[in-house]
Amino acid sequence: MIALLSRDLRLAVRAGGGFGLGLAFFLIVVVLVPFGVGPQSALLAKIAAGILWLGALLACLLSLDRIFALDWEDGSLDLLATAPVPMEAAVTIKALAHWLTTGLPLVMAAPVFGLLLNLPAAGYGPMVISLLLGTPALSVIGTFGAALTVGIKRGGLLLSLLVLPLYVPTLIFGAEVARRGAEGMDYSTPMLMLAGITCGAIALLPFASAAVLRVNLR
Amino acid sequence: MASIWEYANPKKFIATTDRLLPWVSVLAVAALVGGLIWGFFFTPDDYKQGSTVKIIYLHVPAALMAINIWIMMLVASLVWIVRRHHVSALAARAAAPVGAMMTVIALVTGAIWGQPMWGTWWEWDPRLTSFLILFLFYLGYMALWAAIENDDTAADLTSILCLVGSVFALLSRYAVNFWNQGLHQGASLSMDKEEHVADVFYYPLLLCIAGFILLFIALVFLRTQTEIRARRMRALLARERLGQ
Repeated sequence: MIALLSRDLRLAVRAGGGFGLGLAFFLIVVVLVPFGVGPQSALLAKIAAGILWLGALLACLLSLDRIFALDWEDGSLDLLATAPVPMEAAVTIKALAHWLTTGLPLVMAAPVFGLLLNLPAAGYGPMVISLLLGTPALSVIGTFGAALTVGIKRGGLLLSLLVLPLYVPTLIFGAEVARRGAEGMDYSTPMLMLAGITCGAIALLPFASAAVLRVNLR
Repeated sequence: MASIWEYANPKKFIATTDRLLPWVSVLAVAALVGGLIWGFFFTPDDYKQGSTVKIIYLHVPAALMAINIWIMMLVASLVWIVRRHHVSALAARAAAPVGAMMTVIALVTGAIWGQPMWGTWWEWDPRLTSFLILFLFYLGYMALWAAIENDDTAADLTSILCLVGSVFALLSRYAVNFWNQGLHQGASLSMDKEEHVADVFYYPLLLCIAGFILLFIALVFLRTQTEIRARRMRALLARERLGQ
């Protein structure tokens, strides 16, 4: 399992396009927003939390099809299926690798991008906490979506259509934490709900992903 | 020993539904036409809403069906996963577009009613929002069916998507409730609760709901039959090609 994790991490870093792409996309979204809504700093401060969450979510979505697509093409997914490691564990490791290469950099970059959007000072802590709590759920849910569409050629658009509705609860609670934090309100309730969703998703969804992957490898 | 699982045999399913379909269709049309005419022309206008109140004869049954069809798909998916009856998977597939249409009808009639009543076509009210999300789930489900060529693989994958989607749809429903609280008061739609509707509106509404349910049953019978026959035809054609 450790070997699989380090292999996936190495591949993500060295293969190019995977590691930095999500971050660059996140940056572009953040840069484009002021062009879209105008540069008034009061308005930006108000929507900064939501934009950061939306940007992180989209950047996460962008990199989902890479989770299984390459392994599917070169056949290493079949090897993985016959390996002694249970499929559920392999899927979890895949999701973890995705989070380490996509989610975690987004979390670390979010405060810097918050500056660009004039995020209020009180909002930085809740912003980072909410992303830290929420992005693992995005990775796990996304892994499920990627497992569903792995056998489909040009499944990228379908993947987005399937995964985005599943992202709704995570986005709602995550953005709520960030928004309440930025406005200086108490954000413990949505934070607990967000943590609950993440824990539930991590506990249950790998089984669904593994089942789906087995069907696809049949 | 008659067991409900006997109807999982496609041949038996087609034979039975063939016998039922005319009855169900006629009853559906009768209930719908009767209920709508009764509702539209023979009930009084509401003292506050005027004649716009009459849109409930379309709106409420459609909204009800939109949710119940998803639940029916969930049950059918579970039956497919557990007992692997093809008719079950095909019925779930057949129900999805009907459910999506019901969601659209509910949203559109709601908007048409909302424009004069709330002064807006759309409001990010929890109920409206969760219906929109439900619609997205229907779209994803149908898109996944359409995208996969192998029938059994498609049935398996969509079934699991339906299970996972149900959990998340439910989660979204409550998340949306939570999300809107902080923004503004959710508009009250207590018209749905039976005790809030006077009897004059209630009985035609019941008839319309019965009509929608029958219509749904007729459509699912018809669409499932079509699927079974199309699949049988493909199998026959394939066999013929092999034989030559």
